[in-house]
Amino acid sequence: MTLTVASSKHVQHFVLKGDLVVVQDVREALMQGRNSDGKMVRRPLSPHLQVYRPQISSALSIFHRFTGIALSAGALLLALWLAAAATSPGAFAIAQAVLDSIFGKLVLFGFTLALFYHFSNGIRHLLWDAGYGFELPVMHRTGYAVLAATIGLSVIFWGLFLVIG
Amino acid sequence: MSEKTTLRPEIMRSALGRARGYGSAKSGLHHWWAQRLTAMALLPLSLYFVASVLLLAGANQEAMIAYMREPWNAVLFIALILALFYHLQLGLQVVIEDYIHAEGRRIALLLAIRAITVLFGLLAIVSVLKLAL
Repeated sequence: MTLTVASSKHVQHFVLKGDLVVVQDVREALMQGRNSDGKMVRRPLSPHLQVYRPQISSALSIFHRFTGIALSAGALLLALWLAAAATSPGAFAIAQAVLDSIFGKLVLFGFTLALFYHFSNGIRHLLWDAGYGFELPVMHRTGYAVLAATIGLSVIFWGLFLVIG
Repeated sequence: MSEKTTLRPEIMRSALGRARGYGSAKSGLHHWWAQRLTAMALLPLSLYFVASVLLLAGANQEAMIAYMREPWNAVLFIALILALFYHLQLGLQVVIEDYIHAEGRRIALLLAIRAITVLFGLLAIVSVLKLAL
Protein backbone atom coordinates (compact mmCIF):
# COMPACT_ATOMS: atom_id res chain seq x y z
CA MET A 1 0.00 0.00 0.00
CA THR A 2 1.42 3.30 -1.03
CA LEU A 3 0.25 6.58 0.41
CA THR A 4 0.50 9.67 -1.65
CA VAL A 5 -0.53 13.18 -0.82
CA ALA A 6 -2.95 15.10 -2.96
CA SER A 7 -1.04 18.35 -2.75
CA SER A 8 2.19 16.92 -4.12
CA LYS A 9 1.17 13.97 -6.20
CA HIS A 10 4.57 13.18 -7.66
CA VAL A 11 6.16 12.41 -4.31
CA GLN A 12 5.73 9.15 -2.42
CA HIS A 13 6.16 10.25 1.16
CA PHE A 14 5.99 6.86 2.86
CA VAL A 15 5.16 3.28 2.01
CA LEU A 16 3.40 0.74 4.22
CA LYS A 17 4.93 -2.74 4.19
CA GLY A 18 2.73 -4.82 6.50
CA ASP A 19 2.94 -3.04 9.84
CA LEU A 20 6.19 -1.37 8.88
CA VAL A 21 6.18 2.20 7.64
CA VAL A 22 9.01 2.81 5.21
CA VAL A 23 9.81 6.49 5.01
CA GLN A 24 11.30 7.59 1.72
CA ASP A 25 12.98 10.64 3.16
CA VAL A 26 14.17 10.92 6.74
CA ARG A 27 12.52 14.36 6.99
CA GLU A 28 9.18 12.59 6.64
CA ALA A 29 9.70 10.65 9.90
CA LEU A 30 7.91 13.34 11.91
CA MET A 31 5.26 14.00 9.27
CA GLN A 32 3.29 10.75 9.49
CA GLY A 33 0.25 10.21 11.63
CA ARG A 34 -3.22 8.69 11.66
CA ASN A 35 -6.47 10.57 11.25
CA SER A 36 -9.55 9.87 13.39
CA ASP A 37 -10.48 6.91 11.15
CA GLY A 38 -7.11 5.31 11.82
CA LYS A 39 -5.96 5.91 8.27
CA MET A 40 -2.32 6.80 7.71
CA VAL A 41 -2.04 10.41 6.59
CA ARG A 42 0.67 12.98 6.17
CA ARG A 43 0.36 15.57 8.89
CA PRO A 44 -0.55 19.01 7.55
CA LEU A 45 2.16 21.64 7.73
CA SER A 46 1.69 24.75 9.82
CA PRO A 47 0.69 27.52 9.21
CA HIS A 48 -2.68 26.34 7.97
CA LEU A 49 -3.67 29.30 5.85
CA GLN A 50 -7.39 28.40 6.05
CA VAL A 51 -7.52 28.78 9.83
CA TYR A 52 -4.59 31.13 10.40
CA ARG A 53 -5.82 34.42 11.80
CA PRO A 54 -4.31 37.26 9.78
CA GLN A 55 -2.00 39.31 11.96
CA ILE A 56 0.07 42.40 11.33
CA SER A 57 3.28 40.39 11.74
CA SER A 58 2.40 37.79 9.10
CA ALA A 59 0.82 40.36 6.77
CA LEU A 60 3.90 42.62 6.86
CA SER A 61 6.18 39.63 6.27
CA ILE A 62 4.19 38.66 3.17
CA PHE A 63 4.18 42.30 1.99
CA HIS A 64 7.97 42.36 2.27
CA ARG A 65 8.31 39.44 -0.15
CA PHE A 66 5.59 40.74 -2.42
CA THR A 67 7.10 44.24 -2.67
CA GLY A 68 10.54 42.68 -3.17
CA ILE A 69 9.27 40.75 -6.19
CA ALA A 70 7.48 43.84 -7.54
CA LEU A 71 10.62 45.97 -7.10
CA SER A 72 12.64 43.35 -9.00
CA ALA A 73 10.37 44.04 -11.96
CA GLY A 74 10.92 47.75 -11.26
CA ALA A 75 14.70 47.22 -11.50
CA LEU A 76 14.25 45.74 -14.99
CA LEU A 77 12.22 48.84 -15.91
CA LEU A 78 15.01 51.04 -14.54
CA ALA A 79 17.50 49.24 -16.81
CA LEU A 80 15.21 49.75 -19.83
CA TRP A 81 14.73 53.44 -18.91
CA LEU A 82 18.52 53.97 -18.78
CA ALA A 83 18.96 52.00 -22.01
CA ALA A 84 16.38 54.20 -23.74
CA ALA A 85 18.30 57.29 -22.59
CA ALA A 86 21.53 55.79 -23.91
CA THR A 87 19.96 54.83 -27.25
CA SER A 88 18.63 58.08 -28.76
CA PRO A 89 16.74 61.28 -27.87
CA GLY A 90 13.65 59.82 -29.59
CA ALA A 91 13.74 56.54 -27.69
CA PHE A 92 14.08 58.41 -24.37
CA ALA A 93 11.24 60.78 -25.29
CA ILE A 94 8.98 57.74 -25.87
CA ALA A 95 10.05 56.21 -22.53
CA GLN A 96 9.36 59.49 -20.70
CA ALA A 97 5.97 59.86 -22.44
CA VAL A 98 4.97 56.32 -21.36
CA LEU A 99 6.00 57.08 -17.75
CA ASP A 100 4.14 60.41 -17.91
CA SER A 101 0.85 58.82 -19.04
CA ILE A 102 -1.92 57.98 -16.58
CA PHE A 103 -0.97 54.30 -16.76
CA GLY A 104 2.71 55.12 -16.27
CA LYS A 105 1.97 57.34 -13.29
CA LEU A 106 -0.18 54.59 -11.71
CA VAL A 107 2.65 52.08 -12.14
CA LEU A 108 5.16 54.57 -10.69
CA PHE A 109 2.80 55.26 -7.79
CA GLY A 110 2.72 51.53 -7.05
CA PHE A 111 6.51 51.37 -7.24
CA THR A 112 6.96 54.26 -4.79
CA LEU A 113 4.66 52.54 -2.27
CA ALA A 114 6.52 49.25 -2.74
CA LEU A 115 9.93 50.93 -2.51
CA PHE A 116 9.16 52.94 0.63
CA TYR A 117 7.54 49.90 2.26
CA HIS A 118 10.47 47.58 1.45
CA PHE A 119 12.89 50.32 2.55
CA SER A 120 11.18 50.88 5.93
CA ASN A 121 10.51 47.22 6.67
CA GLY A 122 14.06 46.45 5.52
CA ILE A 123 15.37 48.69 8.32
CA ARG A 124 13.10 46.77 10.71
CA HIS A 125 14.62 43.49 9.44
CA LEU A 126 18.18 44.80 9.82
CA LEU A 127 17.41 45.84 13.41
CA TRP A 128 16.11 42.33 14.11
CA ASP A 129 19.31 40.92 12.59
CA ALA A 130 21.25 43.13 15.02
CA GLY A 131 19.18 41.67 17.87
CA TYR A 132 16.78 44.54 18.58
CA GLY A 133 13.00 44.72 18.71
CA PHE A 134 11.93 41.09 19.22
CA GLU A 135 9.45 41.79 22.06
CA LEU A 136 5.92 41.32 20.77
CA PRO A 137 4.60 44.82 21.70
CA VAL A 138 7.72 46.41 20.15
CA MET A 139 7.29 44.27 17.03
CA HIS A 140 3.70 45.43 16.65
CA ARG A 141 4.66 49.07 17.21
CA THR A 142 7.50 48.94 14.66
CA GLY A 143 5.10 47.20 12.25
CA TYR A 144 2.63 50.08 12.42
CA ALA A 145 5.55 52.53 12.24
CA VAL A 146 6.59 50.90 8.94
CA LEU A 147 3.09 51.40 7.53
CA ALA A 148 3.07 55.03 8.69
CA ALA A 149 6.55 55.62 7.22
CA THR A 150 5.45 54.10 3.89
CA ILE A 151 2.51 56.47 3.64
CA GLY A 152 4.53 59.45 4.93
CA LEU A 153 7.45 58.96 2.54
CA SER A 154 5.08 58.42 -0.40
CA VAL A 155 3.18 61.62 0.43
CA ILE A 156 6.47 63.55 0.68
CA PHE A 157 7.69 62.09 -2.63
CA TRP A 158 4.53 62.88 -4.60
CA GLY A 159 4.26 66.28 -2.91
CA LEU A 160 7.80 67.14 -4.09
CA PHE A 161 6.99 65.65 -7.49
CA LEU A 162 4.04 68.01 -7.89
CA VAL A 163 6.10 70.99 -6.69
CA ILE A 164 9.04 70.27 -9.00
CA GLY A 165 7.07 68.92 -11.99
CA MET B 1 40.12 9.90 37.47
CA SER B 2 38.96 13.46 37.16
CA GLU B 3 36.04 14.09 34.90
CA LYS B 4 37.17 16.69 32.41
CA THR B 5 34.66 18.92 30.73
CA THR B 6 35.26 19.07 27.02
CA LEU B 7 33.54 21.15 24.42
CA ARG B 8 31.33 19.06 22.21
CA PRO B 9 30.39 21.20 19.23
CA GLU B 10 28.17 18.44 17.83
CA ILE B 11 25.79 19.01 20.74
CA MET B 12 24.67 22.20 19.01
CA ARG B 13 23.09 20.16 16.24
CA SER B 14 19.65 18.63 16.34
CA ALA B 15 19.26 14.84 16.33
CA LEU B 16 17.69 15.08 12.89
CA GLY B 17 20.58 17.22 11.64
CA ARG B 18 23.08 14.64 12.92
CA ALA B 19 21.12 11.78 11.35
CA ARG B 20 20.99 13.50 7.98
CA GLY B 21 24.65 14.39 8.20
CA TYR B 22 24.53 17.01 5.50
CA GLY B 23 26.87 19.37 7.34
CA SER B 24 26.41 23.06 6.89
CA ALA B 25 24.01 24.32 4.27
CA LYS B 26 26.63 25.02 1.59
CA SER B 27 26.99 28.75 1.04
CA GLY B 28 24.08 29.85 3.25
CA LEU B 29 26.17 32.15 5.43
CA HIS B 30 27.62 33.98 2.46
CA HIS B 31 24.13 34.43 0.99
CA TRP B 32 22.84 35.78 4.30
CA TRP B 33 25.68 38.28 4.68
CA ALA B 34 25.56 39.41 1.07
CA GLN B 35 21.81 40.06 1.39
CA ARG B 36 22.34 42.20 4.51
CA LEU B 37 25.35 44.08 3.13
CA THR B 38 23.55 44.95 -0.11
CA ALA B 39 20.49 45.95 1.97
CA MET B 40 22.61 48.35 4.02
CA ALA B 41 24.22 49.76 0.87
CA LEU B 42 20.79 50.23 -0.68
CA LEU B 43 19.46 52.35 2.21
CA PRO B 44 21.39 55.53 1.22
CA LEU B 45 21.60 54.57 -2.47
CA SER B 46 17.83 54.19 -2.86
CA LEU B 47 17.28 57.59 -1.22
CA TYR B 48 19.80 59.05 -3.69
CA PHE B 49 17.91 57.29 -6.51
CA VAL B 50 14.56 58.68 -5.36
CA ALA B 51 16.06 62.20 -5.30
CA SER B 52 17.50 61.64 -8.81
CA VAL B 53 14.10 60.52 -10.11
CA LEU B 54 12.58 63.74 -8.73
CA LEU B 55 15.30 65.81 -10.39
CA LEU B 56 14.99 63.94 -13.70
CA ALA B 57 11.17 63.85 -13.85
CA GLY B 58 10.16 64.88 -17.36
CA ALA B 59 13.80 65.35 -18.42
CA ASN B 60 14.88 65.00 -22.04
CA GLN B 61 17.93 63.00 -23.13
CA GLU B 62 20.14 66.09 -23.00
CA ALA B 63 19.34 66.56 -19.30
CA MET B 64 20.04 62.86 -18.66
CA ILE B 65 23.45 63.16 -20.33
CA ALA B 66 24.24 66.30 -18.34
CA TYR B 67 23.25 64.52 -15.12
CA MET B 68 25.29 61.37 -15.77
CA ARG B 69 28.31 63.43 -16.87
CA GLU B 70 28.76 64.43 -13.25
CA PRO B 71 31.21 61.74 -12.07
CA TRP B 72 29.51 61.25 -8.70
CA ASN B 73 26.12 60.72 -10.33
CA ALA B 74 27.53 58.03 -12.64
CA VAL B 75 29.39 56.39 -9.75
CA LEU B 76 26.35 56.41 -7.46
CA PHE B 77 24.09 55.09 -10.23
CA ILE B 78 26.51 52.23 -11.00
CA ALA B 79 26.86 51.44 -7.27
CA LEU B 80 23.07 51.45 -7.00
CA ILE B 81 22.72 49.11 -9.99
CA LEU B 82 25.32 46.67 -8.61
CA ALA B 83 23.79 46.55 -5.11
CA LEU B 84 20.21 46.48 -6.42
CA PHE B 85 20.65 43.66 -8.94
CA TYR B 86 22.77 41.60 -6.53
CA HIS B 87 20.18 42.11 -3.77
CA LEU B 88 17.21 41.21 -5.96
CA GLN B 89 18.93 38.10 -7.30
CA LEU B 90 19.56 36.91 -3.72
CA GLY B 91 15.96 37.70 -2.74
CA LEU B 92 14.31 36.02 -5.72
CA GLN B 93 16.58 33.00 -5.17
CA VAL B 94 15.12 32.54 -1.67
CA VAL B 95 11.56 32.91 -2.94
CA ILE B 96 12.17 30.27 -5.63
CA GLU B 97 13.89 27.91 -3.17
CA ASP B 98 10.97 28.28 -0.76
CA TYR B 99 8.11 27.71 -3.16
CA ILE B 100 9.37 25.69 -6.15
CA HIS B 101 9.93 22.13 -4.99
CA ALA B 102 10.33 20.29 -8.31
CA GLU B 103 14.11 20.18 -8.69
CA GLY B 104 14.29 20.59 -12.46
CA ARG B 105 12.00 23.59 -12.52
CA ARG B 106 13.74 25.12 -9.50
CA ILE B 107 17.21 24.90 -11.05
CA ALA B 108 15.92 26.20 -14.39
CA LEU B 109 14.30 29.19 -12.68
CA LEU B 110 17.39 29.93 -10.56
CA LEU B 111 19.54 29.92 -13.68
CA ALA B 112 17.04 32.09 -15.56
CA ILE B 113 16.94 34.63 -12.71
CA ARG B 114 20.74 34.83 -12.69
CA ALA B 115 20.89 35.27 -16.44
CA ILE B 116 18.23 38.01 -16.41
CA THR B 117 19.86 39.82 -13.46
CA VAL B 118 23.30 39.79 -15.04
CA LEU B 119 22.04 40.89 -18.48
CA PHE B 120 19.79 43.70 -17.23
CA GLY B 121 22.37 44.81 -14.67
CA LEU B 122 24.99 45.04 -17.41
CA LEU B 123 22.52 46.83 -19.69
CA ALA B 124 21.91 49.43 -16.99
CA ILE B 125 25.63 49.91 -16.24
CA VAL B 126 26.64 50.16 -19.91
CA SER B 127 23.82 52.67 -20.47
CA VAL B 128 25.01 54.85 -17.57
CA LEU B 129 28.59 54.68 -18.89
CA LYS B 130 27.46 55.58 -22.39
CA LEU B 131 25.56 58.59 -21.07
CA ALA B 132 28.46 59.60 -18.83
CA LEU B 133 31.38 59.24 -21.23
